[in-house]
Amino acid sequence: MTSTTTPVREPASSSAPRDTKPPTGGSSPSPDGSSPRRPGSRLPFRVGRRVLPLAVAAAVVVTLGVLFPGAGSWPGALAVDLSGPLGRAGDWIIDHRDSHPLFLYFFGHVSNVVVVSVRAVYVVLLAAGWTGVTALAGLVAWRLAGVRLALTSMAAFAVCGLLGMWIPTMQTLALMVVAVAASVVVGGLLGLAAGLSPRTERILRPVLDTMQILPAFAYLLPMVLVFGIGVPAAVLATVVYAAPPMARLTALGLRDADAGVLEAAASLGATGRQRLLTARLPLARRQILLGINQAIMMGLSMAVIASVIGAGGLGDRVYQALASVDVGAALAAGIPIVLLAVVLDRTADAAGARLGSHPPQAAEQHFLRRVFAGWYGRLLCLLAVVAVAVAGRMLGTSQWPDSWKVSLAEPVNRAVAWMTDHLYSGVPVVGGTADWAARFTGWLLDPLRSGLQASPWWLLLLLVGAIGVLVGTRRTALTAVLALAAIGVLGVWEPALDTLSQVLAAVAVTLVLGFAISIGAARSARAERLLRPVLDVCQTMPQFVYLIPVVALFGVGRAPAAAAAVVYALPAVVRITTQGLREVNPAAMESARSLGATGSQQLRQVQLPLARPALLLAVNQAVVLVLAVVIIGGLVGGGALGYDVVLGLAQGDLATGLVAGAAIVCLGLMLDRVTQPATKTKEA
Amino acid sequence: MPETRTLPVRRTRRRIVAALAAASTLAVVTGCGAADMTRQASPYADAQGAKTVTLSVQSWVGAQANTAVAGYLLEHELGYRVDTVQVDEVPAWDALSQGRVDAILEDWGHPEQQKRYVEDKKTIVNGGDLGVTGHIGWFVPTYFAKQHPDVTDWKNLGKYTDQLRTPESRGKGQLMDGSPSYVTNDKALVKNLKLDLEVVFAGSEAAQITQIKQFAKEKKPFLTYWYKPQWLFERVPMTEVKLPEYKEGCDADPEKVACAYPHTPLQKYLNARFADDGGKAAGFLKKFHWTVAEQNEVALMIAEEKLSPQQAAKKWVERNEDVWRPWVR
Repeated sequence: MTSTTTPVREPASSSAPRDTKPPTGGSSPSPDGSSPRRPGSRLPFRVGRRVLPLAVAAAVVVTLGVLFPGAGSWPGALAVDLSGPLGRAGDWIIDHRDSHPLFLYFFGHVSNVVVVSVRAVYVVLLAAGWTGVTALAGLVAWRLAGVRLALTSMAAFAVCGLLGMWIPTMQTLALMVVAVAASVVVGGLLGLAAGLSPRTERILRPVLDTMQILPAFAYLLPMVLVFGIGVPAAVLATVVYAAPPMARLTALGLRDADAGVLEAAASLGATGRQRLLTARLPLARRQILLGINQAIMMGLSMAVIASVIGAGGLGDRVYQALASVDVGAALAAGIPIVLLAVVLDRTADAAGARLGSHPPQAAEQHFLRRVFAGWYGRLLCLLAVVAVAVAGRMLGTSQWPDSWKVSLAEPVNRAVAWMTDHLYSGVPVVGGTADWAARFTGWLLDPLRSGLQASPWWLLLLLVGAIGVLVGTRRTALTAVLALAAIGVLGVWEPALDTLSQVLAAVAVTLVLGFAISIGAARSARAERLLRPVLDVCQTMPQFVYLIPVVALFGVGRAPAAAAAVVYALPAVVRITTQGLREVNPAAMESARSLGATGSQQLRQVQLPLARPALLLAVNQAVVLVLAVVIIGGLVGGGALGYDVVLGLAQGDLATGLVAGAAIVCLGLMLDRVTQPATKTKEA
Repeated sequence: MPETRTLPVRRTRRRIVAALAAASTLAVVTGCGAADMTRQASPYADAQGAKTVTLSVQSWVGAQANTAVAGYLLEHELGYRVDTVQVDEVPAWDALSQGRVDAILEDWGHPEQQKRYVEDKKTIVNGGDLGVTGHIGWFVPTYFAKQHPDVTDWKNLGKYTDQLRTPESRGKGQLMDGSPSYVTNDKALVKNLKLDLEVVFAGSEAAQITQIKQFAKEKKPFLTYWYKPQWLFERVPMTEVKLPEYKEGCDADPEKVACAYPHTPLQKYLNARFADDGGKAAGFLKKFHWTVAEQNEVALMIAEEKLSPQQAAKKWVERNEDVWRPWVR
């Protein structure tokens, strides 16, 4: 097994406000928790070793493409057409869904259990009314994280109500509670198995990898075929998406439990189970909590995607607003998602931070805190919430009052209209956004695409293998080559290369922008503080919200798809790079300064070289996150694989959707392996 | 010594317990009998005591207008609670057969699904005409057609490929298609009519509308797949390009299509069980029947005035009592 894959979608949701608490090792935000432990300072590589081959490779590919037009394309004899068997499988499911025992006695019950649980939570939330829910949010946040966060979360819920999104927010919340609980249980069990037995871990790892890299859209369709549209399919798709980080972190926590403590427990005659329950699990508490946090964040990002299959709630509002080209309404539904994500993440973070620290002496605590401490404190909280909820009901306001709503849609739409009127074309000197898009497409995307598609398939395989060996080990190279070959065998070589060209171009833009921003942010703490909420929003705002603005600015095509990808991937790159630059050994910086190095000399000769591991991780994340938006790009004219996946879902065409999804997985695997920072591969 | 003796005992006991647990889980799961996949309601339905009707909304605004007005009348005249689910057309048929959705109000013709669900499985029934006739075609903006009147025949499109070129069209003229969920033969048409056009998929109707408006603002020529009835015609007047005439069955083989799209009287479809015991709501949805102008009035309020579908429906309902009164009777 080569390495710990940096999971494709995790940082998206995870790293968001993670910077309040650097993960265990402190150097990297990779949330599966594996990389933070790798010490990054002993990297024997020079920048040239990795960047130069890539540049050379690109040059060779483009030249060859120009020299031998039409020599590309995967030979048909080496491809396998899966549309027949997959199509038949889809038909079989539809025809037997109402009668086959597998459905009657298994899937049907799974579906019913999900519906009943979501309904139970939803009914409780509705019964609590807005007063009860807000009070509960405030009290929980207060107990776990203090007064400030309590006020923040109450304000967040109030905003959801103010925007007229109370009912959808409750629907999303109900769905989330059930989905996250299921992910935590499933992920926890898998993690337990993997943490206790190295063999299970070896078997599970590729499974978890696939679960994370496979674009959600690709498995929405099988879910829909089996469960039909709606909540059960959405919940189960969310579990597939959110369980892996939980499993990974639990396993990691169990494996890394302090050997000394375990030794001591064993010498005291504890049985295996006792050791697990009293020593290993408590020691892994922090990682497990981080896993739960991850599950929450990933579940929320799935809430919107799941709306495509009728999950309802906030995601559905965003999606419906998209249909009437109404950015304002989409934003009104997007903001509650961002707020929920931020509040839940900060609360879970604070809870994690508290686990390690000792509580202050009772006498030093505030009076109120003392009152609410311990189990009776919890009871008191619950009673308080019930009291508030009952009071709310008695006042007749269990629903958010209609008169307390503000409309966001109109000013937002006016702003968007102004933007598109004035920026689209005819801006003096720099040209309008449409011109930029045309230039980006004509000068970068088109040559890349035709170069890749024209170069012979065996050359591309060789190239990927060569880069893989240069960057990692032979093993990584082999994985990368096999992944690329699999794309050809699946029969989607051309569209996959089209997608690849888009990913490479978008990554280039992301890195240029990201590095520029982070160099600024690393120098000024104030800039970083100002940047943080912007990055939070970029990462948690559902992409559906900004699809219309990017089309309005860049026209239909691959350019707006790239723009959406950049918006999504930029925050992770900025965060990782800024942190990397900041954590450069202060002594090295000090000595450089004392030797009279100028600002730019310090940056070029000290900071950047020392922060190399972080920079490499940033490249890897950029690639992997950009790839995650490929599907969304299909909705704005990006075409290629993203469009095929969307087409498969829209037409109920299992073959097109699954094959394109599998090709995206292979692309992800290939790109991940050839950009993976070498430390990880070396140590694995 | 006792240690070694108790260990196997404990292990067997544990095994027995595990086996019992597994057996009882299985019994719980299977014991409650068969689950019916054709009866699957939303967990949000009926949550506040009222009877809920779930309507499917498709992504275009016309479909939103139908649902909004039907939903408004169901809520305010008949006392139902209405849930809407936005979902693509083919999955919507599937949802309808499972009872997750009670009705589709605007269907553009899905022969494969009709055969499977209406004729074979009988889980879906036809709910009658919506009253609106739909037509898909190729359109150019009217300002362009006025400058070059001959562009409205497909035979002359070749002359204009230069003007229709975009960065995405690979050197040919661009024919913009929309959402992947829509019925389209455009790729085959371009090939079979030997046109120098590249079909560029906007990927969603929202993207397509945004792009059309942007083109229109600049008075740029463009060629697009589009359909009637559609509110956008009120904002960006477009003229249809004549394709070889449609004859019954000329689109039977999707590879060999070389004719225009048909005119389709749009249909309503109801879940079979709902149609039988859906009471007043089912009766109302069967009677729901309006004209293109009426649908456009609501659609335009939603899409251009940015009213919420509910507000738009309310306005329309207040103005047109004589139209909807017979539906709720």
